Formats: sequence, C-alpha cells, structure tokens
Amino acid sequence: MAIKNEHSLGRRIRKSAVSYAMMAPFMLFFFVFIVLPVLSAIVLSFTDFNMLQSPHVVWFANYQRLFTADSVFLTALKNTLILAIICGPAGYLFAFLMAWLINEMPRKLRVLLTVIFYAPSVSGNVYFIWTYLFSGDSYGIVNGWLMELGLIQSPILWMTNPQYNLTIIIVIQLWLSLGVSFLSFIAGLQGIDKSQYEAGAIDGVKNRFQELWYITVPNMKSMLLFGAVMQIAGVFGIGDITTALGGGFNSVNYSTLTILNHIQDYGSVRYEMGYACCIAVILFIMIVLTKKLIFRLLKW
Amino acid sequence: MKLRKERRSIFGTVFLALLLILFAVFMALPVVYMLSSSLKPPEEFFLFPPPIFPKSPTFDNFKDLGYSLSNAWIPFERYLFNSILLSVSSTLLYVAIASMAAYPLAKHQFPGKAAMNSVITLALMFTAAVLALPQYMILSLLGWIDTYLAILAPTLAGTMGVFLCVQFLETIPNSVLESGRMDGASEFRVWWSIVLPNIKPALFTMIIFQFQGAWNATGGGLIYTEALKTLPAAMTQIASAGIARAGVGSASAFILMIPPVLVLILSQSNVFETMAHSGIKD
Repeated sequence: MAIKNEHSLGRRIRKSAVSYAMMAPFMLFFFVFIVLPVLSAIVLSFTDFNMLQSPHVVWFANYQRLFTADSVFLTALKNTLILAIICGPAGYLFAFLMAWLINEMPRKLRVLLTVIFYAPSVSGNVYFIWTYLFSGDSYGIVNGWLMELGLIQSPILWMTNPQYNLTIIIVIQLWLSLGVSFLSFIAGLQGIDKSQYEAGAIDGVKNRFQELWYITVPNMKSMLLFGAVMQIAGVFGIGDITTALGGGFNSVNYSTLTILNHIQDYGSVRYEMGYACCIAVILFIMIVLTKKLIFRLLKW
Repeated sequence: MKLRKERRSIFGTVFLALLLILFAVFMALPVVYMLSSSLKPPEEFFLFPPPIFPKSPTFDNFKDLGYSLSNAWIPFERYLFNSILLSVSSTLLYVAIASMAAYPLAKHQFPGKAAMNSVITLALMFTAAVLALPQYMILSLLGWIDTYLAILAPTLAGTMGVFLCVQFLETIPNSVLESGRMDGASEFRVWWSIVLPNIKPALFTMIIFQFQGAWNATGGGLIYTEALKTLPAAMTQIASAGIARAGVGSASAFILMIPPVLVLILSQSNVFETMAHSGIKD
C-alpha cells in the first residue's frame, strides 16, 4: 500500500479512488449536516443575526462584547472550568477503573455489571430523578431523611441555594461519567491480544497491577485517546443537567450557569443568534486548546 | 492461560468484586428509586418521611400512561412504530457507512488523510447547541422538514462512531489485513470479511451509542405531523413535569429506557463474547 513520493498528487488521488469511494457515503452526510452548519455558525458569529431581520456583518463586535461587557459570561466560564477540572479527570479515571475492574470479573458477571453501570447514561434524561431526591421541600428524599434523623431542622433548598447546587451538579455529573468513554474502554479491553498477557507472564509480570500498567494500558492507548477527547468535549459541554436540575441560565445568581447554558440563553431565548454563535466559537477554541495542552502534557 | 491464572489470587478477585458492588449500588440507587416511584400512588409523594419504596405499590401510573396514550388521537402503536423504524434504520445505516469510512481513514494512505482525520476529531468539539438552526435551514432547503428524514439524516452525520472505529482499527495489526489482500480481495471485500469481524467490540459499542441517540431523538421543531412523532416526543407531551405527575413521569422514563437497555444487553454480550477467542497475532 505504500505510495511512492515521486507520484504526482493527481495520480495519487486517482490511485486512491477506492478509499474516497468508501468514505463518500458518510462524508456526504457529515459535510451537509455538520461541516456546513459549523461553518455557518462561525460566519454568523461575525454578524448581528437575530433570527428576524437579515444579518449584518459586525466583524468582532460580538467577541468584543463577550470579553469586555458580559460579566455573566465570566460566571459561566468559572462554573464550566470548576466542573471541567473536577469532573473531567475524576470521571475519566473512574470510567477506566470501572471498565478494568469489570474486565477482571468472571465473564457472566461482566454483562450484568456493564448494564448496571451504563444504565444511567442509556436514556437521555434519567438524571431528572435527582430532582426528586434533592427536592427542596420536605418530601424530597434527602431532606426528608435528614430531617427524620434530626440532622437538619428545616428543608434545604438544594437546587436553588448557591452554597449547594454546583456541588450536587458535580455529584450527578460523576454519576453520569460511566458513559461513552466507559463503554469504549470496555471495547478496547476486549481488543487486546490475549497472547500479550502470556508473553508478559513469561517476562516476569507478577500481579494484576503490573499487568495493568505494563500490558493493558500501552495496548489500549488509542482507545484511551478516544476516551480523553470525548471526556474533554463532554465536560466542557455540560449544560443539560444544569438546566434540568439547577435552572441553568435561570439559576440564582447564575450559580449553575455553564457556557453551554449561556449559549442556549442567547440562542433559544433571546434570539441573539450571532452572539450565541460567537460564544460557541469561543467554547470550541477552549476545548481544542485544552485537548492540545493535555495531549502535549501526556506526550500523546 | 495457565500462567495468567496463577498470578490471580481468589482473594484479590473477591476484594475487587466487593469494591465493584459498592460502586454498583451508588450507580443503581437513583434508577431503583425511579422504578419505585413509578409504582407509587400519587399520595405517597406527599408523605413524611418520604418512603423510598412504595407502601402500597400500584400499576396505576402505567395504566394512566396507557389510558392517555390509547385515547390519544394517534394510536400508541404508531409512535412506537415511528421510534423503532427510525432508531433501527439509523443504527444499521450509520454502522455501515461509519465503519466503511473508518477503514480507509485508519489503514489507507491517500492525499488529505491527516486533514480528514483532524476535521472528524474537531467536529466532536463543536457544540451542537448552535447547529440546530443551520441544520433546520438545510433540511428545509431539501424539503425534508416534517418527514422521517428530518430526524434520520442528521443522526447519520455524527463523527463519534467513525472516530471510535478509526481508533479501534489502529490496534489491529496491518498483517491481519495484508493476509486478505494477498488473496486478491477487493477493498470492499477486505472491509466486509476482515475488518468488520476484527472490530466487533467497536461495532457493537457503536450500535448502542447510535441506537440510544436515535431513540432519544424527539425531532422537536422538525416534525409537526402528530402521526410522524416519536415515542419520546409523545411521552414528554403526556408526562410533563411536576411532583403531582412524578409517578407517571417515572413510569414513562422507565418504559423509554427498556429498548436501549435491551440493545445494551445484546451488544455487551457480543462485545464480551467475540474477542475471547480471537486469533489476532501480530
């Protein structure tokens, strides 16, 4: 399959016709429904489009406003960073640890455990159940039992009190962290050539932790990389839970507002689409830079 | 295999199993609470202290749901049919086109390969929140608004499955694929009979991601004809929020969870089965 350098570009493209043909069906959908919309969002970020009047080009006015005149964005940035820094690495390690532990179990247990662990992520919005657990009146499970046990005198407004709500969002996000990366780690663990472990045993690997470090992790590198990208994009894109539980852009003092909620606020409530797209572009740049930084630190 | 077994103490396995069970309880409790809520009569949501399990379990919430659905203008079966049709076709089509695209992206050399791979990764990092409007305009230009295609087509454009497949393929040694090429097989043939069997864990993982994504798609704003709406869309209309409807809400969430959980069980049994006796040797 090696293609020699002396071939001209045109000839190389023609030689690769089969490769392009195999990618074509997916690329068609990808281009029409992702690439084009992303490009239009980027273009719109330089306009004052409000979904009613035709857009005018305002160049960097949206970006200027975002960085100099929008203090709420700073709150959103702070909350997003708190969530990302805590839930990102913790959720990633948790997902890998659980995937590895499950793989150490007898085969019959594995399917059962995977189903239990992944169940919270399987349906788009099972996390709504946490609103009943942390309901602000005495009928909420947490309040009810803390009062019954005499630990608190009156119900705590878990979801509205800025003292608690971001912490609860963190707990729920960790609960949800056995998602995409968790399942892909499990798939990755199945892909490791079993003979590697035999060879490792001969080379003096003593226990399962050495096996994990010297054989499993290096052999799973590409899946770990996949999980890392999904995890970074995931934690910076937190927003649906905050909307469902803490109010998101309706929360007290914007205590659970994330960048995604800020985008939703401008995009679907205020109809300032140009500004919403501008925030989306900044979020995108943040995610790309974070990914670059982390991959450089890990020497991937 | 013997060598491996000797290094694994039974004590260690039991200890790790206990640790797992502890985490399993934390993971399962909210879901268990959802199940128990779906069996609670409405008055039990207003008891103090709040019972975790229903005192007098009842199927009334499910009956209530069934009653609302069966007396709706559109029969329940129609919503179910729409959802199943959309999620199954989305899953089959996506797994086919994504795995076929992933093979050259991982294993062929062609001009633009690196650029395409990085665009696919970058696409994962752009928030979907602002894409709905441009997507709507494109769907409307195509004349697909208020048809099944409005839900189906965008679900086929995601890059997560392609990226997953590319990454998984990276772990498959080239020698395995070369052996197929020697016999004069076409690239499509190699994809079908060598690549696909070797990436089964990734394929089944992709199946669950795609199925659950398509199943949860409500088509909000894209579908107006009631007869074309999906089950989640119909359920949300009936079981709208509020503590008084908490039981019905839980019942509907429980019912909506069944199909993706079934697909999850099916796909995971295959993930754990397939590679256990794979013959990959570098």
